[in-house]
Amino acid sequence: MEPMTLRAVGLCAGIPTQKGEIRAVNDVSIDVPAGSIVGIVGESGCGKSMTARAIMGLMRSPARMTGGEIWLNGRDIARLPERQRRALRGSEMSMIFQEPMTSLNPVMKVGRQVAEAVRLHANVSRQEADRRAVEMFEAVGISDAASRARCYPHQLSGGLRQRVMIAMAMVCRPKLLIADEPTTALDVTVEAQILRLMRNLCDAGTSILLISHNLGVIAQLCDYVYVMYAGRIVEQAGVIKLFDHPAHPYTRGLLNAVSSLRRGGERLDTINGVVPNLLRLPEGCSFSLRCDACEARCAQEMPELREIAPGHKARCHLAEREAWS
Amino acid sequence: MSEVLLEARHLSKTFPAGRNRRVHAVSDVSLRLFAGETLGLVGESGCGKSTLGRLLIRLTAPSAGEVLLRGERIDDLSEAAFAPRRRQLQLIFQDPYASLNPRMTVRELIAEPLKTCRACPTREATTQRVLELMDAVGVAREFLYRYPHQFSGGQRQRIGIARAIAAEPALIVCDEPVSALDVSVQNQILNLLRELQASRGFSYLFISHDLSVVRHISDRVCVMFLGRICETGPTEAIFRRPRHPYTRFLLDAVPQPDPHRRGESVRLLSGELPSAVNPPDGCRFHTRCPYATRQCASDEPQLHGEGESCVACHHPLE
Repeated sequence: MEPMTLRAVGLCAGIPTQKGEIRAVNDVSIDVPAGSIVGIVGESGCGKSMTARAIMGLMRSPARMTGGEIWLNGRDIARLPERQRRALRGSEMSMIFQEPMTSLNPVMKVGRQVAEAVRLHANVSRQEADRRAVEMFEAVGISDAASRARCYPHQLSGGLRQRVMIAMAMVCRPKLLIADEPTTALDVTVEAQILRLMRNLCDAGTSILLISHNLGVIAQLCDYVYVMYAGRIVEQAGVIKLFDHPAHPYTRGLLNAVSSLRRGGERLDTINGVVPNLLRLPEGCSFSLRCDACEARCAQEMPELREIAPGHKARCHLAEREAWS
Repeated sequence: MSEVLLEARHLSKTFPAGRNRRVHAVSDVSLRLFAGETLGLVGESGCGKSTLGRLLIRLTAPSAGEVLLRGERIDDLSEAAFAPRRRQLQLIFQDPYASLNPRMTVRELIAEPLKTCRACPTREATTQRVLELMDAVGVAREFLYRYPHQFSGGQRQRIGIARAIAAEPALIVCDEPVSALDVSVQNQILNLLRELQASRGFSYLFISHDLSVVRHISDRVCVMFLGRICETGPTEAIFRRPRHPYTRFLLDAVPQPDPHRRGESVRLLSGELPSAVNPPDGCRFHTRCPYATRQCASDEPQLHGEGESCVACHHPLE
């Protein structure tokens, strides 16, 4: 069996509110094999970012992790004390965020910010840390790296800032990079550059967990994909299988929505209705209210996430019937 | 060809950028918008597409140039003289969370433009008209007295659309109307915009950075780069056979939602976007263009072409 960089098992996370606990992440299990790019796709509020934060140990109060195991390079880190979790962040696992402007310190030169990450994890001199930062800037394709390192974030374009973020995440050579919508705030020509950079990082041995709502980004970059809906994984498969033979009606709805936009024609395919309120989920399948194929059983009984073909799982009572139709 | 609804002649807009410098947001743009058509405006952030949209409906005053509504100049009118024409030019905003007053109910929100243009004489008539508009955009009538925070993003955008169509405009500028929405909801809104256009016949200026959305909804497309239109033409012609190198790069960069078409010789644009404070001489794209020659660095290419297709490039692609 291939070695796993990350194995999250039965992750649960929630936000307590006056009206009860919002179960934003519900029994989510994710594997990231070494040297691969694994995607999580879903619409806003489906729990994909919360899953990433739970894995990183970066839950923002009042959100909290309520259960599950997180195995990083063969070691369960979910119950480690905060000090030890903190030592892992940056050195063994890193995360980059959607908005590179708000993730950088505006009053500190970007080279220093990257050097700071080095000095947190390695016992090196300031000069050495600065040198490594510049080296990393070159590695992520920042031209004129030495002078760019002396810039403040506001002096850099969005694409350059995202490269700085990636440099900061990668400077201690972590095995796992979690990228939460890394290109959503960027223009398409810059997005293409960043996607190529992430592919190169993966080829150089970094495992990547990529979170995106953009099926184009997922199709171009990922080896294996998880689809999330209302806090749960509803389908998972290799990228080719997922796009060619989607088994869950939600996945099909998403793919149809995107492909009808590209096909032309008068009316676009949509998914009926809206995402349900996580506090008032329907009794059975969370997607039953929006599903065209919904049957009596779907409204009563939450389907299991079950294997319908090797490496392909779906959370739908009718998956077999739907997959090949 | 149908009637020219709106025309821009040599429009420019600069904004002060401190220390006597100016940002050249829109430079010497001329275009025509026909009645009943959808004109797509694409380009990357900072290319001036939103500023151009605002110039066309007189929300921003141009630094130079003219805007004509049905052949009549509107940029030099006084506010009072322009007021009766305001209702013909409306806007739908990008962010449905920020563009609705959180303290107004749906009724008040949709009635506001009706009051401004004095469309309904009585309170009852206003309510009746608000309900009709809610039907038209697909917001249930029972939500008449709800507040914006009680709606999802897609529903809010429907309320924004009801406000825009309330005064029965001739032109609606849609500034990234679906960028903040999830894909399944985005398609619902695009379908709605199309239906409304088919039944009510207004024109759209559709501003978006999402090329597949623009391709779906537009009859014609203008591609902007750094304040200038670099290519314009019928949608399918632009998408099938782009002639400006920048258009080509823009189309190639879109990640295809098809894992079988991965890593197809995508050529990446190198370098950084030039500054709009100091735009390059000659063609504004020449610093990043692989086909640039000495002529491109010195001579500004003008839009030229046959029929509807025009390109501003000394060496257009075949």
